[in-house]
Amino acid sequence: MTRAVSFTLNGKPTQVTVDDERMLLWVLRYDLGLTGTKYGCGEGLCGACTVIVDKEAVRSCSTPVKDVAGKQVLTIEGLSRNGQLHALQQAFLKVNAFQCGYCTAGMVMNAYALLLRKPRPTRAEIVQAMDDNLCRCGSHTRILEAIETAAAATAGGAR
Amino acid sequence: MNGVFHLSRRNFIVSLAGSGLVVLFRADPLLSFQEPERIPPRPSYPTDFNAYLRIGADGRTTCFVGKVELGQGSKTALAQLCAEELDVAYDTVDMVMGDTELCPWDMGTFGSLTVRQFGPVLRAAVAEARAVLLQLASEKLQVPVDRLSVKDGIVTDSRNRGASVTYAQLVQGKRIERHLEKVPVKAVSDYTVVGKSVARKDALEKVTGKARYAADMGFPGTLHARIVRPPAHGAKLRDVDTSGAEKIAGARVVRDGDLVAVLHERPDVADQALALVKAQFDVPVAAVNDTTIFDHLIKAAPESRVIAESGNLQEGVKLAASVFDGTYLNSYVSHATVETHSAVAKIEDGKVTVWVSTQAPFIVKTQVAEGAGFAPANVRVITPYVGAGFGGKTGARQAVEAARLAKIVGKPVQVVWDRKEEFFYDTFRPAAVVKIQSGLTSAGKICLWDYKVYCAGDREAKQFYDVPNQRTVSSGGWQGQQPPGLHPFGVGPWRAPSVNTNTFARESHIDVMAAEAGVDPVEFRVSNLSDQRMLRVLKAATDRFGWTPKRAPSGRGVGVACAIYLGTYVATCAEVAVDRATGRVQVKRVVLAQDEGVIVNPEGSRQQIEGGITMGLGYALTEEVRFSGGEVLNRNFDTYEIPRFSWLPKIETVLIENPGVPASGCGEPPIVGMGAVIANAIFDAVGVRFAQLPMTPARIKAALRA
Ligand code: FES
Ligand code: FES
Repeated sequence: MTRAVSFTLNGKPTQVTVDDERMLLWVLRYDLGLTGTKYGCGEGLCGACTVIVDKEAVRSCSTPVKDVAGKQVLTIEGLSRNGQLHALQQAFLKVNAFQCGYCTAGMVMNAYALLLRKPRPTRAEIVQAMDDNLCRCGSHTRILEAIETAAAATAGGAR
Repeated sequence: MNGVFHLSRRNFIVSLAGSGLVVLFRADPLLSFQEPERIPPRPSYPTDFNAYLRIGADGRTTCFVGKVELGQGSKTALAQLCAEELDVAYDTVDMVMGDTELCPWDMGTFGSLTVRQFGPVLRAAVAEARAVLLQLASEKLQVPVDRLSVKDGIVTDSRNRGASVTYAQLVQGKRIERHLEKVPVKAVSDYTVVGKSVARKDALEKVTGKARYAADMGFPGTLHARIVRPPAHGAKLRDVDTSGAEKIAGARVVRDGDLVAVLHERPDVADQALALVKAQFDVPVAAVNDTTIFDHLIKAAPESRVIAESGNLQEGVKLAASVFDGTYLNSYVSHATVETHSAVAKIEDGKVTVWVSTQAPFIVKTQVAEGAGFAPANVRVITPYVGAGFGGKTGARQAVEAARLAKIVGKPVQVVWDRKEEFFYDTFRPAAVVKIQSGLTSAGKICLWDYKVYCAGDREAKQFYDVPNQRTVSSGGWQGQQPPGLHPFGVGPWRAPSVNTNTFARESHIDVMAAEAGVDPVEFRVSNLSDQRMLRVLKAATDRFGWTPKRAPSGRGVGVACAIYLGTYVATCAEVAVDRATGRVQVKRVVLAQDEGVIVNPEGSRQQIEGGITMGLGYALTEEVRFSGGEVLNRNFDTYEIPRFSWLPKIETVLIENPGVPASGCGEPPIVGMGAVIANAIFDAVGVRFAQLPMTPARIKAALRA
């Protein structure tokens, strides 16, 4: 059904009038022009499309936009504040936790949710939380390192 | 600058509007190597130097290259080379890549060739530019060239520090035409930028989501196309009814020969419309599947060629105290990049611009011109960031589709394949068979090696151990369609084409002999090798690994494998644990030593090695395309399993300094030993030899039960 759906996107009140069954991924990319969130599989299997909805990591390719009505949505574009990169972004940058970069937004957002719920995760907890996010380039070792670095840097104080 | 320059004609300076620098350089004869076996007759690298380099009035250098950034760090490595030869700061070099209008022709980005083969072209061009700039500075400062030194783009008189001039000042709005010959490139020992780990040029954009990929190019009014696809390769469209799709508001249906597409401003609506199209296909009867394919390949493979031969095989058999026969099988694997094939085409004034996820923009330009009916001059291909390629993004059917559709509908068109299309149209690494007969003397020396590879390709098929009587024969290449119908779908290069298969077979078979001879696998290799570079990498890897000699199977689960890939030497050691109940293999530790000649960016090399090892776990353990005839049964990542975080071994990298050898590429070599090293470690763990990849839990369980 086409209707107005309102939510908060990267801190700003946002309203779209769309088919409310449309997946959030398409709304972000093509109704709102935020292309940092990527399509990889369309079936919740790769994690490239991961965004944060009310502090939880969700797969935007499988989340109808009506499900986020009234909620807080955070995408990779909303992660840095006042030109300051988020600790995770800084850590990914510092240890080169990417190659082609196509999985990176999903990795960063998934890790963001992890650190919200567990500011100082163990390596095993990180592996478990990240296991369903795929990276074909094999950046895994560095992504783990980046998450550990960011966790240490924020020392429990992740936004 | 050391060395002498020969002026080939009178120097002259012509004033022209716009800044820029033109000198001339000759194409390097070294560049005859080409990856795809069937790219069209190619032009060559331009001799006009300005094609590669522009020094702006602001002092920044823009470097233009036809290569693309696939994640392998080429943007960074080429900027380093440019900064090094020009003597400007790395941070002041901007890269423009993969744009057929702005960048000089290039055959494509594959084969770990970017640094190895294009590097010398760029260095030669930039070195000549620097030499000309020095001459200009010499004239300006009235100081002989040999008294000048350059740092950060500032030329200074070494005897009078006060006298200096910048490149920007020298070039300022003038076009310089000066042709210097035989300008030497910088000596490796003088490098200050190359060999250092520098900040990646693509880092900030990639961590902030600002990096744009082909599917991120949006223009007002763009239509998303969803295309009717056959259920199997070889299927013919018999009948199609698009009336349901036509009823969807805003949907456009296009039928152009075999191309049937629905287009809409929103991709999800285009999807809904596609679902309403009723298409009927005649599907050929499936002749092969993923289990019968190997017999088929041996039968159907084209005529074989002898790749290498020395001594006499009969003699080898006579010398042998024991003879070993082995048959090794490798499966079709998918590139499975997370970014699917994407393109956006936009037509203005009869000229089409296509943003494409491709490794080979200049090949795509030709494809679009031919496939969509444009004069080549009216096609521009722009390659933004590419979500990895590994050989899978050389052809660009999606670009042709986007251009054709844009022409028909008169609006920009985006074609982004979904995951199922990606698996369907992927050009898989070909399934392959290797048959080996070898012999060992009673002294444990390899005296016979008769090697025949079917359908993997002959790259690095040749033996590098010392064997007096040997022959290597190859039948069929990785490009595949020879004879037509050999493979039921497209095949093509996949990270380190042919070498994953050849290394798996050779290094497994070497271990078979070592085990039979009752000799530790490392000792066995050492006693059959005289190649010093190989001995050095092997020692580096085993030292770091802490290898202790023991005959296999020792129950420890350790393995070793050696390989050469286009001049790069690799030795890999691994430790695995096999869960006998589930058949699951956990690779616990991998140590990889690599000698890639000059190391341009150590950090970049390490990254590539980690990536190669991680990706290699997949073809070794799970990745295998399932199919029935031309129908690809894998449609998404649930049935086609690629490596995950929980699979990760502890990875240790040893980079071997070898500045005496030109840079030979680092992106592909590290993956080639992964099949063999894991197979060898599994044998060491459980005493079962796996001669077929992937070594899936099901196969391991079955073998352990037998
Ligand atoms: S695109 Fe959403 S999980 Fe893959
Ligand atoms: S960096 Fe390429 S998919 Fe992860």
